[in-house]
Amino acid sequence: MRLTCPFCGSRGVEEFTYRGDATVRRPAGDAGAAAWVDYVYLRDNPAGPHQELWYHGAGCRSWLVVTRDTRTHLISDVRAARAVAQAEREEGAV
Amino acid sequence: MQTDRYSLFALLREAMRGNTGWKPAWRKAAPAPAYDYVIVGGGGHGLATAYYLARRYGGQRIAVVEKGWIGGGNVGRNTTIVRSNYLLPGNEPFYECAMKLWEGLEQDINYNAMVSQRGVLNLFHNDAQRGAYIRRGNAMRLHGVDAELLDAQAVREKVPFLNFDDARFPIRGGLLQRRGGTVRHDAVAWGYARAADRLGVDIIENCEVTGIRIEGGRAMGVETTRGFIGAGKLGLACAGNSSRVAAMAGLRLPIESHVLQAFVSEGIKPFIDCVVTFGAGHFYISQSDKGGLVFGGDIDGYNSYAQRGNLPVIEDVCEGGMALMPRIGRVRLLRHWGGIMDMSMDGSPIIDHTPVQGLYLNAGWCYGGFKATPASGLCFAHLLARDEPHPVATAYRLDRFARGAVIDEKGMGAQPNLH
Ligand SMILES: Cc1cc2nc3c(=O)[nH]c(=O)nc-3n(C[C@H](O)[C@H](O)[C@H](O)COP(=O)(O)OP(=O)(O)OC[C@H]3O[C@@H](n4cnc5c(N)ncnc54)[C@H](O)[C@@H]3O)c2cc1C
Ligand SMILES: [Zn+2]
Repeated sequence: MRLTCPFCGSRGVEEFTYRGDATVRRPAGDAGAAAWVDYVYLRDNPAGPHQELWYHGAGCRSWLVVTRDTRTHLISDVRAARAVAQAEREEGAV
Repeated sequence: MQTDRYSLFALLREAMRGNTGWKPAWRKAAPAPAYDYVIVGGGGHGLATAYYLARRYGGQRIAVVEKGWIGGGNVGRNTTIVRSNYLLPGNEPFYECAMKLWEGLEQDINYNAMVSQRGVLNLFHNDAQRGAYIRRGNAMRLHGVDAELLDAQAVREKVPFLNFDDARFPIRGGLLQRRGGTVRHDAVAWGYARAADRLGVDIIENCEVTGIRIEGGRAMGVETTRGFIGAGKLGLACAGNSSRVAAMAGLRLPIESHVLQAFVSEGIKPFIDCVVTFGAGHFYISQSDKGGLVFGGDIDGYNSYAQRGNLPVIEDVCEGGMALMPRIGRVRLLRHWGGIMDMSMDGSPIIDHTPVQGLYLNAGWCYGGFKATPASGLCFAHLLARDEPHPVATAYRLDRFARGAVIDEKGMGAQPNLH
């Protein structure tokens, strides 16, 4: 498996560290136990396209949001996590 | 007396008549419209559940529904290691229950599962690890389980070919469980399937569950590629696919599916007569009766349903092997494969009710579920039949994450930062 980092180009997966599902969002501090249990422990765990966080530790040290099919390991999209977060914030502001 | 019992007599009889009298080990059952108990997943756990339900709990009208063939899942993909060297009170009695069942399994199911109590030796390389293993060994002995601490000299006598004087990871000793060892994994699947079949259980292969019918908050049965099958009680034992099947009932589980790879070398002469695990990396090895070295290491570490892994982990496992026993370096790798496992968020399993009435869950076995097979089957059967947890499986509750009662045996769930 190779990931195409937006900053470094195509690199072997051994340069990256996996962090899991990129769609979970940290709840507000006072959101209540159920929301926190959900955030910390529960996952959709889909068979198919999965948005996930990878860290390019042996390269540019960026966090990336990768869309990868968990059935085939084919990667359809890689973006900087920062850009994804910014886009989300702008959407929220509209 | 049943005539298709495996015995010395049957062997002689069949030798005389050209082996023409052997029957298939289990019937190819077609689904009936409904059963009292439907178990989804014909792996080791599902088959053992059906067997103990019929054998010990007097269950009748039982079906095991399997999407592929018996033995195609993790039960036929693991590295065959069994042991009961656990530390925590929630775990140790359960795994010792499994070990005792392994010890009597072959007589119980009349099947040669090649249960081999060749010993499991966990090596340590420094004082801190030595202390941790002393503690673990003591905890085991307090539960009545065998554990022996070996010093470096005793390890040298047992397995003289290890890399003892490595500059970074010298071997200082090991914790030995002599009753641990290996069991032929396919034989476990086939043996339970045959024994369950003989008690009237329908084993329905090539039948994928595609939906769970729920009416009034109660599970009524499963939609499958071979039609609807009604169920009085529905048990899920779909290792690796638990999230997908539970999602059919609207449940989200504390599980990620991950791939673990296993490796077998070409056959060589008898070399390792026990299971050895490296304490400074993740590497474990034994030798099969055919002579192949059977070994493995870490999960690949990303969500996967692909049943195959990537090269960096292969390299990492082989590096672990070379660090521990450099002399295997010239042995050629014959085969390797991957299996998809439920990595639960605390690394421990779940055997419990679900919020849906009549729906029960057996999941989250991570990479240690093979050794658990008999006890998992027994405890799940107990839960299904009696509607209460078996006394050795009371900690494996689904709500333990919400209660903060995670079972943190080794700090090894899908991600180490969750517990
Ligand atoms: C490479 C590897 C090495 C391992 N080594 C060890 C070891 O040395 N010691 C140890 O204790 N454990 C080990 N394990 C873990 C162990 O193999 C598993 O935890 C255990 O086998 C899981 O239980 P099972 O046998 O019931 O699983 P499986 O055999 O995977 O059974 C689950 C079944 O459910 C079926 N299923 C899934 N979805 C559906 C559906 N929708 N409809 C119908 N059926 C469905 C699957 O086809 C499958 O047959 C290892 C695992 C792997 C992958
Ligand atoms: Zn990069």
